[in-house]
Amino acid sequence: MATTAETFQAHGDAHDHAHDHDHKPGFFARWFMSTNHKDIGTLYLIFAIFAGVIGGAVSGLMRLELEQPGIQYLVTWASIADGKPAELNSALHLWNVLITAHGLIMVFFMVMPAIIGGFGNWFVPLMIGAPDMAFPRMNNISFWLTVAGFCSLMFSAFVPGDSTGNGAGIGWTAYAPLSTYGSNGPATDFAIFSLHLAGAGSIMGAINFITTIFNMRAPGMTLHKMPLFVWSVLVTAFLLLLSLPVLAAAITMLLTDRNFGTTFFDPAGGGDPVLYQHLFWFFGHPEVYIMILPGFGIISQIISTFSKKPVFGYLGMAYAMVAIGVVGFIVWAHHMYTTGLSVNTKMYFTAATMVIAVPTGIKIFSWIATMWGGSLSFKAPMVWAIGFIFLFTVGGVTGVVLSNGGIDDNLHDTYYVVAHFHYVLSLGAVTALFAGFYYWFPKMSGKMYSELLAQLHFWIFFVGVNLIFFPMHFLGFQGMPRRYPDYPAAYEHWNQVATLGYKIMAVSVLIFFINILWTFVAGRKAEGNYWGEGATTLEWTLSSPPPFHQFETLPVIEDAKH
Amino acid sequence: MNIGEHARRAGSAIAAMGLGIGSLSQAAFAQAAEKATEAAATATAAAGAYVPMKPVPGIGQPVDGGIGFQQQFSPNGHYALWMHDALLMPVITVISLFVLGLLMWVAYRYRQGKNPVASRTSHNTVIEVVWTLVPVLILVGIAIPSISLLAKQYKPAPENALTVKATGNQWYWTYSYPDNGGLEVISNMLPDDEAVKRGEPAKLAVDNRLVLPVGEPIRLQTVGADVIHAFAVPSLWFKLDAVPGRINEKVLVIEKAGVYYGQCSELCGARHGYMPIAIEALPRDKFNAWVLSQGGTIDNQPKPAAAAAPAAAAPAAVVPAAAEAAATESAAPAA
Repeated sequence: MATTAETFQAHGDAHDHAHDHDHKPGFFARWFMSTNHKDIGTLYLIFAIFAGVIGGAVSGLMRLELEQPGIQYLVTWASIADGKPAELNSALHLWNVLITAHGLIMVFFMVMPAIIGGFGNWFVPLMIGAPDMAFPRMNNISFWLTVAGFCSLMFSAFVPGDSTGNGAGIGWTAYAPLSTYGSNGPATDFAIFSLHLAGAGSIMGAINFITTIFNMRAPGMTLHKMPLFVWSVLVTAFLLLLSLPVLAAAITMLLTDRNFGTTFFDPAGGGDPVLYQHLFWFFGHPEVYIMILPGFGIISQIISTFSKKPVFGYLGMAYAMVAIGVVGFIVWAHHMYTTGLSVNTKMYFTAATMVIAVPTGIKIFSWIATMWGGSLSFKAPMVWAIGFIFLFTVGGVTGVVLSNGGIDDNLHDTYYVVAHFHYVLSLGAVTALFAGFYYWFPKMSGKMYSELLAQLHFWIFFVGVNLIFFPMHFLGFQGMPRRYPDYPAAYEHWNQVATLGYKIMAVSVLIFFINILWTFVAGRKAEGNYWGEGATTLEWTLSSPPPFHQFETLPVIEDAKH
Repeated sequence: MNIGEHARRAGSAIAAMGLGIGSLSQAAFAQAAEKATEAAATATAAAGAYVPMKPVPGIGQPVDGGIGFQQQFSPNGHYALWMHDALLMPVITVISLFVLGLLMWVAYRYRQGKNPVASRTSHNTVIEVVWTLVPVLILVGIAIPSISLLAKQYKPAPENALTVKATGNQWYWTYSYPDNGGLEVISNMLPDDEAVKRGEPAKLAVDNRLVLPVGEPIRLQTVGADVIHAFAVPSLWFKLDAVPGRINEKVLVIEKAGVYYGQCSELCGARHGYMPIAIEALPRDKFNAWVLSQGGTIDNQPKPAAAAAPAAAAPAAVVPAAAEAAATESAAPAA
């Protein structure tokens, strides 16, 4: 990349003295009526961590129940939740509520707020040399709509889902007709409405990012000089803008089917349940790229920084993300291979899906080529980033297996699919999140974390998540279906290993929180550019934390000296 | 195919749910289970001949701690398994290990201590073209057998193939045999202790199996009565959604007599995990005997020789093979 720290050092220094003169608003106005992109980013990150703890705890309950065949804990939990002795069916319904909550929380209220709302808000303006986002007030409402969506989802757990118990047990995909006449309690309405709220927030966020990136780049920062993280957020914002309205339409039709007698997805009135799946996955497939693309951007920044080298094949990297985004819109039905698609449709979606492996491969090899010839230092963010590359590769190649419509006939809706998407999301997106966190946390907080704890966090996490998810490939081969609270005894062995993995992973998350505490209590002060010569993007020209308002004088980006 | 019929069924299901889902699903479940047990008892008493086959451990079901696909018993299953085990699995293993090896080598070779000054290389057109084209070639190599596998899976059944319809209900399966006098089987999961008593795996065993003939193409149709279910049998490489209001159809060929288990594979409500599928594949003559023992008729006999034995027992069965299930339903009680 063309931008170098030396170029802007003067500007950065000029701002440092202004730090104390910031007129920060009072506590309530600052955090509840915020128009500052960094504060809103912080709010998003705190919210995402909070939601992630809940979503992670839910998966802990699930892994505990799955440790052995038979129903061990669900009846007790359902009894506690209902306040009266629960029947088996209520316990089984509770299971469906748990899987639904885990999916929705992790996708809409953990990964998206953290990676786009959190890191996007914090670092897109800093990296392009802008004082703030284009629409600061819309930025604020984007965040609070996400919070409102989360409240709506949480509330749904306390009202009836269907005859068998409280909460929405429809899966994060909310397939009709299970989500229409199959679950007639208000919980489902609240769960669906939570997606409306979160979706509206995300659409506004996307508009904000697109406008900011197109209009507020510092003088001289052409599109082809933008850091790759900004590119990744730009592509992501377009995916959000184009896909979320389709989800909004689909789930609005769910609500009208449920409440106002329409029959969009009801065959008795001429509707089609499979239509819902087409609409959902037209959103849902871009959605998985929405979760991983900003992660790609973060990894590119980190690999370049700790290799002390510019990113290899910058243009290829940027346009690979554009290609992934474009192709991501025309592969949706590979989630629907068993719904009864025609043979030609299935052949098309098989071929189109495979195409995505090409730009993804370009990214993986470019990261390795960036490291090649570099001078690598293995600080925590770098270790997380290297872990990401390998884990994402494993998740990617199982995606190639699943892209084959004929092979998917056996693997669809089994634990193989669960393993695949957790390798790209739980081990991909989340690893990228942790990498980005360690990369930027001192910049955001002004204090250095404990390197030892961060390394410990990585290695324990790495062992734990692989133990959870790698055996799930075997369970999938053997035919264990997803979303089952109970299973034949033959699946016990690998389920036990997975639950053991969860316990190990939980320890690593504990270390993460201890590290955050340690940073605030005992962390030493972070310099402006604490990563040194490899860190060349604009945020490193500012103090840590950056002044409340930065770039009051816009930095000027000069041509690279090749 | 009578789509209207299914739309009506779905419609009545909705109406029923509207009336009071509170007690309905529970009651319906219990009722169905009771009815099924009753039916099985009478059938066994009447026929005497049909004894449910004992499953072979490790065949048609998952094996303890297994790490590969279940053994396959259909031609498409063999082809797909070959494609996965001989092509996909080696390719993805090599790619993953290649990336891991590169990462480890780069981390070792270019660590700060050994390589203190970083190069500034950021472009190499040749290598970028190579790592774009090589994956393309690998993918083309995968796509060719993949497309041919799809073509095989979609080969339509011969006109005179036996038609069997699997209907997914919350939370059990019903199997109807329109070619066999509209015979209908209701299939519920067995309680764990009962399954173990019968020497079958718990959570997979059912009271009444889907009995099918061996070695001939079967036109297997799926439909959902209430919400979407999915009919899946891993050892036959078969999975097809059972969607309300539409009939899905696929050909199934079972190569060997035996018991093959599967499970519902689309989230369908509370007891989604408790509506397993058990197929019992029998030679044609034994299949025919089973049909007759259940009160069905033999209309459709692609292999006349095999059906010789029980033919005498089905003299009235002259309804054309293509006739709708509804038309033959009235004839069923007579047999």
